[in-house]
Amino acid sequence: MNLLEVKNLQKYFATQKAVDDISFNIEKGSIFGLLGPNGAGKTTLLRMITGIFYPDSGNILFDGKPFNAMEHASSIGYMPEERGLYKKMKIGEQAIYLARLKGLSSAEANESVKEWFVRFDMQSWWGKKVEDLSKGMSQKLQFVTTVIHNPSLIILDEPFSGLDPVNANLIKDEIFKLAKNGSTIIFSTHRMEQVEEICDHIILLNRGKKILDGTVTSVKQDFKENMYQVKAQILPEQLMTHIFDVVKADPGQLTIKLNDGTTPNEVLQFFINQGVAINSFNEVMPSLNDIFIRLVEGTHASRQFQRI
Amino acid sequence: MSKIGLIIGREYFTRVRKKSFLITTIMVPLVIMGFYAAIIAIAVKGGTDKQAIAVIDDGGLFKDSIPATNSATSFKLIRNEAERDFISKYKTQGFKAFLYIPAFDIKQPSGFVLHSASSASLSTTSAAEKILNDAIIDKRLVVQGIDPALYKNIAANVSVENTIDTREGGKKSVAAIAYGVSFACGMLIYLMMIIYGTQVMRGVTEEKTNRIAEVVISSVKPFELMMGKIVGIGAVGLTQFTIWIILVLFVQMLLPLLAPGLVDQMNNLSTDAAGRASMAATITQGISSLPLLKIGLSFIFYFLGGYLTYASLFAAVGSVVSEDQQEAQQLMFPILMPIILGFVIMMQAVNEPNSNLAVFGSLFPLTSPIVMMGRITYDIPVWQMVLSMLLLIGCFLLLTWLTGKIYRTGILMYGKKPSWKEMVKWAFMKS
Repeated sequence: MNLLEVKNLQKYFATQKAVDDISFNIEKGSIFGLLGPNGAGKTTLLRMITGIFYPDSGNILFDGKPFNAMEHASSIGYMPEERGLYKKMKIGEQAIYLARLKGLSSAEANESVKEWFVRFDMQSWWGKKVEDLSKGMSQKLQFVTTVIHNPSLIILDEPFSGLDPVNANLIKDEIFKLAKNGSTIIFSTHRMEQVEEICDHIILLNRGKKILDGTVTSVKQDFKENMYQVKAQILPEQLMTHIFDVVKADPGQLTIKLNDGTTPNEVLQFFINQGVAINSFNEVMPSLNDIFIRLVEGTHASRQFQRI
Repeated sequence: MSKIGLIIGREYFTRVRKKSFLITTIMVPLVIMGFYAAIIAIAVKGGTDKQAIAVIDDGGLFKDSIPATNSATSFKLIRNEAERDFISKYKTQGFKAFLYIPAFDIKQPSGFVLHSASSASLSTTSAAEKILNDAIIDKRLVVQGIDPALYKNIAANVSVENTIDTREGGKKSVAAIAYGVSFACGMLIYLMMIIYGTQVMRGVTEEKTNRIAEVVISSVKPFELMMGKIVGIGAVGLTQFTIWIILVLFVQMLLPLLAPGLVDQMNNLSTDAAGRASMAATITQGISSLPLLKIGLSFIFYFLGGYLTYASLFAAVGSVVSEDQQEAQQLMFPILMPIILGFVIMMQAVNEPNSNLAVFGSLFPLTSPIVMMGRITYDIPVWQMVLSMLLLIGCFLLLTWLTGKIYRTGILMYGKKPSWKEMVKWAFMKS
């Protein structure tokens, strides 16, 4: 069951094809990674999903129904990359105000805010103003205001920037918990190690187009290069073989790339025949970072202005 | 709809609960009351602060004494002193200034000099001129063979009273009061439009630069956010007004109770101050002659109409600028122009309420709130009033519709300030 289906979405600005014919589906309860270099069109895409922008063409289905910004606003929580809070407003009041804008009643909002403040150990912040908070603290508050109305779709744009490891973990745990309880999460970032850790499914955008779509494992599978790592007590100085190339040789450790048609078993056989005592033999999967760089490299690092 | 209510509530209460709101709301009437008190104090105390002026009469205009004037200035004849020598002496003898009367030709009197350490006040010179003129007239009367006492009986000094005829009967009007009230109303609208308009602009820019706008717009329509802010701040303005009116009425009612002595003093004024007492009566009379209900209702209408019309423009400007205050100043200028123009026409209109310029200014919706208030105490044809109000409402609706679109685009745009051309394009873009 898909919570969100995006079909042929398009949004052009005066000099940019910001989002150019993008389609994807997000399964209910999954954590979905939206990746892409700066200026790839992530924010524009997210703004269309949150109803801030209208698409030029294409459509969005939310929970099986055509997306309607006003109707679905209460089911979506959006945390923009640039954090936004009223600096001069008291924190408790602010959280309640934002929750009520999402359609909660006064009593519900009050209860929910108190609950989240306890969970994040923020009770003493209630009467303070946002300008009294540090960057990390206001980040936490921003996260709370995003999820306060228990939305079925949570959109987080770079949620960990500016957070120390302890608070980052706290929020990471909450993200997992929310997903487990049935919320769907869109996670937009360019920090690949976080994506590998958190996301089930990813898409990669570049210059307004989708260039990659799949689960983290399948993407890695697709981009693996038949690389293996061999560890042994003693490795021979010279390895004369046509079945693999040595990519990197370190003392006691070899990184090899298998030639086409070679199976790992043949490699193992080769080492055994050489009388090498192998400690470990494992496949090297490409990191998302490598894949990202490989796909994006070669295109213009930044978008060029164009006529439409 | 309940969401726009929430936004209005937030805008309203965060402002009203601020200390600065309380301070300005209380301070302004206090300052006005202070003025009142000062004026009354001066009126009661009046001429005690007399200043003496020495007179050296080489022209033989005065025989032995100089008749007292009504003002705070008294004159004393000094004999056996030369003008040149007395310049260095008059201050030590307790005179503020001294008037030298040379020998002069009665047909063409000239050469009178008032010596003083610093430039003499207007009232001092006019008092000096008065005694000289009176004395010269008396002299000329004698030359012509007319008894000065007889002349005083013949001379007339009348004043014309303006009565406005209404169905309830005649009412006395006082031109100066009508003028003052008109001017004050126009001025107040002018100030309120600028003060609350810039508040709207700042609020919008703040939301944009804080990036809270993006969060809020994912919950409500941009137009709701804009209107919520405009209405909320307008309500703050009305609240402030209401508090002021209540305070002023309250203090006016309390004043006689708090200071009964003051009122007694006002009633028992000596003949010298009788003129001032009657002035107070004239003011009361003048104000009661004005159509107060009409003024009050028009004021509220034009304040709201003018504020709403301009607030949407200010909101649009606020939405396109970033932190740079200078950008805001530049873009604000074209909005301030018609407001200032309105103020200038209003100054004209209080003098000539039915001139073509005044009529045009009070119909043209960008100036009408200010100019119409400048004409409000005068009789305005009904068709002008109705047309002016309709035009204002129409202008408000049109501008809000256009600026709403600029706002919607501008609030999410960061970086370069858009050009006028781009903004016009946004305004006419299909939604």
